[in-house]
Amino acid sequence: MIELLTQPWSWWFSGAMIAAIMFFLIFFGQSFGFSSNLKTICSAVGLGKTNKFFDFNWKSQMWNLVFLIGAILGGFLTKQFLSTDIPVHIAQSTIDDLSKLGIAAPESLQPAEIFSLEAMLSLKGFMILSFGGLMVGFGSRYANGCTSGHAISGLSDLQIPSLIAVIGFFAGGLIMTFLIMPLLF
Amino acid sequence: MKFIKFLLLGIVFGIVMTKSEAVSWFRIQEMFRFQAFHMYGIIGTAVTLGVSGVALIKKFKIRDYQGNQIVFSPKDKSVSRYLLGGSIFGLGWALSGACPGPMVVNVGYGYWAMAIVFFFALVGTYLYGVLKNKLPH
Repeated sequence: MIELLTQPWSWWFSGAMIAAIMFFLIFFGQSFGFSSNLKTICSAVGLGKTNKFFDFNWKSQMWNLVFLIGAILGGFLTKQFLSTDIPVHIAQSTIDDLSKLGIAAPESLQPAEIFSLEAMLSLKGFMILSFGGLMVGFGSRYANGCTSGHAISGLSDLQIPSLIAVIGFFAGGLIMTFLIMPLLF
Repeated sequence: MKFIKFLLLGIVFGIVMTKSEAVSWFRIQEMFRFQAFHMYGIIGTAVTLGVSGVALIKKFKIRDYQGNQIVFSPKDKSVSRYLLGGSIFGLGWALSGACPGPMVVNVGYGYWAMAIVFFFALVGTYLYGVLKNKLPH
């Protein structure tokens, strides 16, 4: 049983669990949408005083902030108790492509070239992390949702706006992967 | 106490995202290069079950835990905001290898660099609030 939990989980089980989380949130009177937390935090730190967009009753979103705290704890608990820290088993073709960008084959969950403390403290590494985050934050609010809100919740409700957003996610992702990243790395 | 259920769901979410490796930059690259089924399998399974479940909730008018009718509010109609916003999101998703949820899961896992990504996601969110009225919606 423990071995079953510590090895990487299959796509079908993981996908089913994500759907289950969404339905539990719906059953508890809420909805599955993570990037709302970014807006809520902006409001909670007082940015509503200078910008009307963040002037709302953020405490009504407390449940989602608690969900966020849980997500951090989930990552921590996995690292402590459910991890074997084996390299992520990606396709050989991806390993080959990434090696051309100077990213070595996986040794753990994330590439050291981007997420090690050393990379984080270099100018280029810091720029990559900050621009990546900036675009995710800006884009998710502009599109009014992220992967959870659009790709999972929105598509489940057959929302055309969500389908357009997901097409956008992929348009941006492909441009970054095939056109911009070769210039950056 | 009323929040404990959301804490537990968040914990399960963090564990699932880590154990499925969906929080890995490598997996996101593999997805955008169409070199494995893994991420499509995760999202596809979730959406397939999601579509079925939402249809059942609507058909049988299922109520939530407090007995209220579950309603799904349709999203505002637009093309530009979803396509432009979505594309900007996608640029960041491919570069940082994480959407907002996985960012914080990674921080919990011990990748402090993801805290920088998350902080700048907050900055990006604020920037949207500032520029909102100048953008096509």
